[in-house]
Parts: sequence; structure tokens; C-alpha cells
Amino acid sequence: MSVATPPGQPTWADVNRDVGRTVGMPGETYFAWMCLVALTLGCGVAAWAFQIYTGMGAAGKRTPQMWAMYITTFVFWIGIGHAGTLISAILYLFRAKWRTSIYRGAEAMTVFAVMTAGLFPLIHAGRMWFAYWLMPYPNQRYLWPNFKSPLVWDVFAISTYLTISVVFFIVGLVPDVAALRDQSTGFKKKVYTVISLGWEGSDSQWRHYRRAYGLLAALATPLVLSVHSVVSFDFAMALVPGWHSTLFAPFFVDGAIFSGFAMVLLLMLPMRYLFNWYAYIGDKHLDAMAKLILVTSLVLTYFYVCEAFTSWYSGEGYERASLFYRATRQYAWAFWLQYFCNSLVPLVLFWKKARTHVITLYVVSLFVLVGMWFERFNIIVLGLGFDFYPYTWGTYYPTVTDSTIIVGSFAWFLLLFLGFIRVMPSLSIVEVKEVLPHPFKHAHGGGH
Amino acid sequence: MANVLGVFAHVDTTLDAIRKLRERGYSDLTVYTPVPIEEIEQEVERVRPLSKVRLFTLTGALTGTSLGFFLTIWSSVQWSLVTGGKDPVSYPPFVIIAFELTILLGGLASALAILVLGRLPRLKPSATYDPRFTLDRFGVAVSCPPETVAAVGSLLTASGAEEVRR
Repeated sequence: MSVATPPGQPTWADVNRDVGRTVGMPGETYFAWMCLVALTLGCGVAAWAFQIYTGMGAAGKRTPQMWAMYITTFVFWIGIGHAGTLISAILYLFRAKWRTSIYRGAEAMTVFAVMTAGLFPLIHAGRMWFAYWLMPYPNQRYLWPNFKSPLVWDVFAISTYLTISVVFFIVGLVPDVAALRDQSTGFKKKVYTVISLGWEGSDSQWRHYRRAYGLLAALATPLVLSVHSVVSFDFAMALVPGWHSTLFAPFFVDGAIFSGFAMVLLLMLPMRYLFNWYAYIGDKHLDAMAKLILVTSLVLTYFYVCEAFTSWYSGEGYERASLFYRATRQYAWAFWLQYFCNSLVPLVLFWKKARTHVITLYVVSLFVLVGMWFERFNIIVLGLGFDFYPYTWGTYYPTVTDSTIIVGSFAWFLLLFLGFIRVMPSLSIVEVKEVLPHPFKHAHGGGH
Repeated sequence: MANVLGVFAHVDTTLDAIRKLRERGYSDLTVYTPVPIEEIEQEVERVRPLSKVRLFTLTGALTGTSLGFFLTIWSSVQWSLVTGGKDPVSYPPFVIIAFELTILLGGLASALAILVLGRLPRLKPSATYDPRFTLDRFGVAVSCPPETVAAVGSLLTASGAEEVRR
């Protein structure tokens, strides 16, 4: 007697079929969404063109708010990019089986989020045609960049993170694309044949693949934690009150994971509905992600308390004044909104039913994303708006140009993601099969 | 040498075939699986040296570390930016560059290892490959002398192969 697959659980062939049907010619609704996204992106590109033509004043950049919304959104997108590699590297090493159904989507999200973030130094730098000055290269003045500058560390950290995330993503895709290749015909088959690199799943391929994947995960684990630490050094290395703190690295990493998981939920919930993946992304997956959001929220709250406490306890006049300014002056609404979204709203996830309730999770994720965007806004704009000398104090007013570019960045991200889910397997065929019961002819066979 | 392929539907029957073939002295086997299966991997790995991927990773990572320290120390000695009268070679920040390059080159070398050691990309499928091997079937391909083809075929069938291709 064959050992049957438990009722309700998909078989291996079901996985191939269910993932296979997500790629291919999409319907009208998909194109309607794509048009909307492309139109929004078009507005963003037009705003950027206007900014290049008129100069950075169009983006509301005036002293002291020279970083303003662009760096806020840059840090926000880098943070979003944390969840994917966290799921595919750290949770892989911990053998968390629930990751298998969500990791491909999360990895795609990571790559696209970092690609979106990568636009912001170009947009922000003004003369973007000199953007290559950011890279270390020997120039005609025989100078190399100052390796003591956090901005140079940033270039190294983010380009490494993007490269390794892309490598991880592609390596994971190869066996899955091979599966799609074997079930498609015509032109599609040709394209998938090239992308799958002729993968066959032979024992010699798997043994090197598995070992390399494990090593990549081991290398990517410290990388995940280091990227946002390095981004936080952009602030923590400066003497600005509210920035100069050793708390910043873990504070940023935790916030990044927190917002990254919220974005994963925001993307995976509609995908589960549209692709009818209820058999693969079940309540236990939602529950696990909700718990991670809850834990990171609690840790973040702890950091908020520490931040406020050390400002007060330091006895340092500027630190105290900066904290008082944030909480009570013109930006107080943004400051308290951050606490509300990041510390209070996620508490609803203590309630077991909320952790699997789709609408609640969706609403909480939206609040978390808003809260985390405002956290970076509060660090950057409020930090720069009130430092040592009264003549450098100022209020930042967003302009239509910079707001449109920010909205355009969301459209760019969605365009990449929506494009991806229709041409590539957004659920890992191999890893989902791995956690399903393996086919055995005899119940106690297999030579254990 | 001739090739014989057995297509299996179960892990235990595949494993049984591999063991029996080994016992009879057929060592040139290629096993195809839709996903990596621990039991099969253990059986196949038993007679093989460990994968050399880790050597690639180590070489890449160490190259990255050295390159990171070389780049930063050399450039700060060559074009000193003296601040506060301190030594221009300031190691703590250089660790960050060296760390990033360690991960970068270590990761790229690991990916390269998959290509080099796994003999990828392959332009043409192997003679014994079957598209079902990425779906739900396992394959054991035996490279054997032409006179033993019949014996290998019947051994595969006896182990539970659904189909034997010669």
C-alpha cells in the first residue's frame, strides 16, 4: 500500500500545477492595475524631470532640512528590504518550516525594495549625472573616498546587500524555473530553459546547490543585521541631538524587520486570495508573521522608552530640549502618530483571533508602514529641524514635486512586483514540496 | 558504456534500487529528485568526498577581507586625511568595509561554485533526463557495460521502478 497524502493536503503535482497557473497571460483586472501603477510612476518620473530641470529647491530643500523626505523614504525602503533575506537566511538556518510558502514573495519584495531605495541617493543628490562619485574609484585628483565616512560605508553595505539578495533570489529560483520549463511549451519553454540554466535536479547538482545555499544563508545572516546598522551609522555618527546614540543600530534593525513583515503581509494576503493559495499559506503562516510583528513592535517600544529615558537621564540640555521639541512643538502630531502606529496598534495581535483575521492583519500592517515611515521622518526632519543653534532651526514643508516622487517610488516598487508575479514562480515549488509528506511506498520504509 | 534509466514514484523504492545497484558493483549512478531528499542524499554521499563548495566560499571570503583592508589601509596611507593628529590608518571603520567585501565575495564565490561544480549552465539536457523529475518522480540512471543492460533493467524493475528505459 502506498502511503497516501493526508486529505486536504496538496500533492507534489498539485504544487507544480498551482504555481504553474500563476504565470502566463493575465486578465483585464491585472492590466487595469498595471496601467494605474504605470500612470502613477509616470507622474513620479515627470516630477523628477521637473526637479532636475529646476533644481533641488523644487523639492522643498532649504537649510536645515536638506535630507527631508528623500532620505526618510530611502531608509524606509531599505527597512522594507529586510524581511526577505531575514526569512530566507535566518529562518532557513533555524529550520522554520512555515517560511517556505512566503519566502519567494518576500525575497522578491526585498530585491525590489532595495532597488527602489537605490533610486533615492540619485534623486536626492541633485546632480544625478555625477552619481558615480558615490562609488570608490580612483579619480583624476588621485583621491579615494574617505573610508571613515558613514556615507561610504552605506555604499558598500547597500550594494553588497543588493548583490547578495539578488544572488540568493536567483539561486533559489533556478530549480523552480526548471520545473516551470518542464511543464510549459513553445516560447515560454525556451525562455525558462535559458533562465533555469539547464537544471536537472541530479544528485551532483543538488549536493553542491544545498551546501552553497546553506553557506549563502550563513553569510547573509550577519549581512541582514549589518545593513540597517550601517544605515543607522549615517545618523548615529553625527553629533545632532537625538541621533548621536549607541542605541541606533539595534533600533534600526528591529524597526526594519517590523516594517518588512508588515509589507510581506500586505503583499501576500492579496496574492493568497487571487492565486487561491489557501492550501499553502494557512492560518499558521499568518499567525507566525503576526507574532513576529508583535515581538518586533514590543522591542521597538522598549527602544522608544530607552531613547526618551536616556535623553532625560543624560542631563544634557540639548538632548532634553530636542526631545521636548519633538513631543510638543509643530511636529508633535507626527511624533505621537509614530507611537500610536508602532507601539499601540500592534498590541491587538496579542489577541489570538486577530492574528489570523485577514482584515485586522491588513489594517495593522498599513498602520505599521505608516508608523515606520513617520519614525524615519521624525528622526531625520525633526532631528535636523532643532539642533544646537537657534539660527539653524526650521520647519520643513513638503512640495508637490517631492511628494509626487515619493508616491512614484511606491508605483515603481509595485510595477516590479506585479511584473514578477506573472512571469516567475512567486511560491517556491521545491521548498513547499520539501515540507509536504514525501512519497513512500511502505509506511515504515526508507531505511531509517 | 550504455545508459539504463529507472523511473520511480517513491523515496523508499529509489533508495532500495541505489543500494542494490551499489551492492552489485554499479557505482556510476545519477539520481534525479524533484527536491533534495535527505535519505537519498545520505546514501549517495556515503561514498563521495565532501562537496568543495566550502573551499570556494572560504577563498572568496578571505579574498574579500584582505581586499577590504588593503583598499582602505593603502588609500589612507597614500592620501592621508589626518584628523585630530591621529593615525590616518583607523582600523575600526575599516572593519566595516572589510566585512562587507568578505560577505560580497564569499557569496559570489558560493554562487560561482554552484555553476562550476554542478556543471551549469547546461545547453542540452542529459540523455537520461526526464521532465517528470521536476514534478513528482525520481530517476536512477546507471552507466554500465552494454552486456549488463538487461540485468540492470531487471534489477531496477525488481526494486519497484515504474518504467525502465534502455
